[in-house]
Amino acid sequence: MSKVMLEVKELTTKYVTRFHEDIYAVDHVSLKNEEGKSLGIAGESGCGKSTLALSLMGYYFAPLHYTSGEIIIDGRNISKMDPDDIRRTILGTEIAYIPQAAMNALNPTQKVINFIEDVIQAHNPKATKTEIYELARERFEILGLPAEVLQKYPVELSGGMKQRTVIATSVILCPKILIADEPSSALDVTSQKMVIKMLRDLMDNGFIKSMIFITHELPLLYNVTDDIMVMYAGQIVEKGTAEEVVFDPLHPYSKGLMNSIIVPESGARHVKLSAIPGVPPNLKNPPQGCHFADRCKYVQPECKAHPIDLQEIAGERAYRCIFSQDYLRKAYKNGG
Amino acid sequence: MADEKKLCLCGSGLTKIYGLGRQKCIAVDHVDFEISECEFVSIVGESGSGKTTLAKMLLGLTKPTEGEIYFQGKKRDISTLRKKKEYWKSIQAIFQDPYSSYNTFNKIDTVLLDCISMRGGRKLPHAKKIDLMEEACSFVNLKFEELTNKYPFELSGGQMQRLMIARIFILKPQILMADEPTSMIDACSRATILDMLMKLRKDIGMTIIFITHDIGLAYYISDCVYIMEHGKIIESGSAEEVILHPKEEYTRRLINDVPKIHEEWDLSSVSYA
Amino acid sequence: MKNTIQQVFHSRKFVTGFSIFMALLLIVFFYPFLIKDDPLAIIGQGNFFPPGIYVNVYDSLHSTTYILNLDDAAVKRIGNTLGDQERQDIKDWLVAYGIPEDQIDIDNTKQLLTQWEENYDPNISVTDMTFARQRYYERIDTSLKGLLSTEGMIIAKTNPQTGVLEQTDTIEQSEYADISEVANIKVLPLGTDNFGRDVLTELVKATGVSLQIGFIAGTIATLIGLFLGLLSGYVGGLMDDIIMFFTNLFTVIPSFVLLILISFSIGQDNRGASTIAVVIGFTSWVWTARAVRSQVISLRNRDHVNLSKLSGHSTFHIIINDILPYIASYVIMALILQISSAILAEASLSILGLGPRTTEIPTLGLMMNWAMIYQAQILGKWWAYFPVIVMIALITFSLNLMNTGLDQVFNPALRD
Repeated sequence: MSKVMLEVKELTTKYVTRFHEDIYAVDHVSLKNEEGKSLGIAGESGCGKSTLALSLMGYYFAPLHYTSGEIIIDGRNISKMDPDDIRRTILGTEIAYIPQAAMNALNPTQKVINFIEDVIQAHNPKATKTEIYELARERFEILGLPAEVLQKYPVELSGGMKQRTVIATSVILCPKILIADEPSSALDVTSQKMVIKMLRDLMDNGFIKSMIFITHELPLLYNVTDDIMVMYAGQIVEKGTAEEVVFDPLHPYSKGLMNSIIVPESGARHVKLSAIPGVPPNLKNPPQGCHFADRCKYVQPECKAHPIDLQEIAGERAYRCIFSQDYLRKAYKNGG
Repeated sequence: MADEKKLCLCGSGLTKIYGLGRQKCIAVDHVDFEISECEFVSIVGESGSGKTTLAKMLLGLTKPTEGEIYFQGKKRDISTLRKKKEYWKSIQAIFQDPYSSYNTFNKIDTVLLDCISMRGGRKLPHAKKIDLMEEACSFVNLKFEELTNKYPFELSGGQMQRLMIARIFILKPQILMADEPTSMIDACSRATILDMLMKLRKDIGMTIIFITHDIGLAYYISDCVYIMEHGKIIESGSAEEVILHPKEEYTRRLINDVPKIHEEWDLSSVSYA
Repeated sequence: MKNTIQQVFHSRKFVTGFSIFMALLLIVFFYPFLIKDDPLAIIGQGNFFPPGIYVNVYDSLHSTTYILNLDDAAVKRIGNTLGDQERQDIKDWLVAYGIPEDQIDIDNTKQLLTQWEENYDPNISVTDMTFARQRYYERIDTSLKGLLSTEGMIIAKTNPQTGVLEQTDTIEQSEYADISEVANIKVLPLGTDNFGRDVLTELVKATGVSLQIGFIAGTIATLIGLFLGLLSGYVGGLMDDIIMFFTNLFTVIPSFVLLILISFSIGQDNRGASTIAVVIGFTSWVWTARAVRSQVISLRNRDHVNLSKLSGHSTFHIIINDILPYIASYVIMALILQISSAILAEASLSILGLGPRTTEIPTLGLMMNWAMIYQAQILGKWWAYFPVIVMIALITFSLNLMNTGLDQVFNPALRD
């Protein structure tokens, strides 16, 4: 077993609204990511996956607040650290984060190289301009970005190019973990593929040690990550390897998600898509029992009675449901 | 076979040029197409390929620079507001962004009542109007009692888009132009929307023009696919034909670039150019 | 809608501005009911009476007198006429006249006065003294007469039969009148202006008129700007080009220059307050038009407008229902700014003498103009112009504060 890069134990964070209501967007989430592995987080919008991404950095600002739990990066617990220390010593060097609209992070009045200089000098004030340029050029070339990009202004670059530039810049300090929150969902399929290739290259070249990839596009997740976690209403409802989760989902919610996959493959036309009825619960007052109970086909009275624990089965596989895996598999087979 | 199908909407040499002189930008370049009644047509292209401009021209929101549109065999005439109104009774649209598709100052009731009036139901008794709205809402799996007196922005993106379909259900146009109706909402709601579009066609016999950048969606849902690149239609044909046996290099690339699950997704072929 | 208003009234900036403005409005509205005087009645003979309580001398002579023996009465009386400045001036004169400096003690009132009485002669011309200075010393001399006397004053009347002056009464130095028994007292909290008019009453009236000018001009400017902005933004094409041509024309010519030229060409006789308001309104719509146009252009391409078109609504219906509500907050903010800038524009015009012609109604700008013509600022008659400045500042401050508050409510990026 290789080294664990990121370990999260029972992390709970909440939003506090203007009216002082608490919204538990991340509810006792535990995860583990090993060196050289990538972890995918799937779920519909509003399930807390983006909040999880923000929470993992340990850098909290209103309205997001830390409640409990631990974040351990390469053996170092950052959950109790001062936000300013986190910014100085963790962000960029240990954890890098790419939000969905990362391409808008580029300052339109600055050349790309100036942006990179800022990033590097914030952590290493002694770095000279030529050193930085050489480093950036070398890195960009490995990642398939032409060196001319460095001397350009953001407006001169296309959307996909900007996104890749920001990603290359954000990992220039070789962070241990990269958190990518829907880095390609605003892009064309072609640019999306380039971004994915780039993320793969980052892993292969060792510029990042592990990656957390967040998206609601399951086919993409399946192709990018080794493991997948499915998140629903702030909780992890299922985790396992990509294959297991996509082809043999256990939790009824994951099953529902898998039924909404559309891919341009022969035969896909004849698959009957099925959507999950209803809406996710309001996280201001999360339900007592299973969060998914109200939308679940197989719901039993006891589902709503008490919180459901994650059932661990072989390997790293786990799911949050009262039924046994055999029961669920059989039910899916009969119910289509 | 060709005789059975009645042509619904045709375009010949449709061109739209924005700007003048050096800043000239050809958005749509001599596009020809024929759409039969009750057909589900997809127009696939990347951003900037001119598919939305094409949609706006078909809707009569933008004037084509060149070319003609034929509606039900006759040349389309929308020179006056009255004729436009008549045309819009037979063609309606769902737009990409549900959040900007609603007037945030109008309640949901207003949105639906507006459609009833447009269908000539302005003088219907109130109870009848409520019945119509309830029927439309139940068609899209929404409960009218829960929506009444609410504002559209209180709904989720998926629900808003479903309300758009409820609107179409009341209006019952012959043609529905769906301009990327699923691209702003997440994968789970997507299936619902697609289901409802198919149901619209089956139950009402609507012709649906579905504009998308996702070739997987186009393959799943449509009978006929047009691929657009740089304002031109470069390939067209039945969905099976185009997606499973693409002739053009561009189409092949589009298909390759979509992540797959049962087949190998080849990342090594990516060129960074 | 209700929510928005609630939010607006949660903004502290807006509420502060709104309260100041409302207070001003209330004063303007209710003051005439309390003080029924004509704001422009000339009550003072002479100009720039300082702020104070004016007691009728004749009436106080005829009211009941009370004897109060107060020790410091004499000192105060002398001190009132013979202030430090006067003592110094007397010393200067005496030194210039030739009395050695060490013999003069300005704190010894008795000695100083004796020296003055012995030596002063208005006919003696001291070297290097201006005529005005000589007159000043003559005035001092008159006021000093009988300063040290402890005698009362004799009041005499001419007997109509004999034509002889007869003593009717004497007033002792220790006699007092109760102010509440004096029939005529006039309180002038801000004194009088150059024409001898009560500044406070005039100021309140002027504020009312200036606010009216502001409202009229602001409304006209906003309506024109809104109309042209909507038209050019929504209709576009040739209409847009034509309107933008005129808008740009107006932008290039400084509107204040335009304002001066128009006011001048209207002529002295036709320039009433409302004319000026209309002129200001017609020259300041440019920025509203441009701002509204750019907002409308971005709204025009929103899908809800397209959908409204597809629903067969007329252009008018779309503008009223789908465009106006979105820019309403913006237009209200523009209106507030227009009002405050119109008030300032009127003030600036009037100072230049191009404001309303009349002396029948005051405006804040006219009051400044009058004060300036009669050199209140040089003579140090602060009460003629300073309250006007404070009033203008208060109005524009409160309006701008309201505007900033609204901006914070409507523009989430500015919320704190």
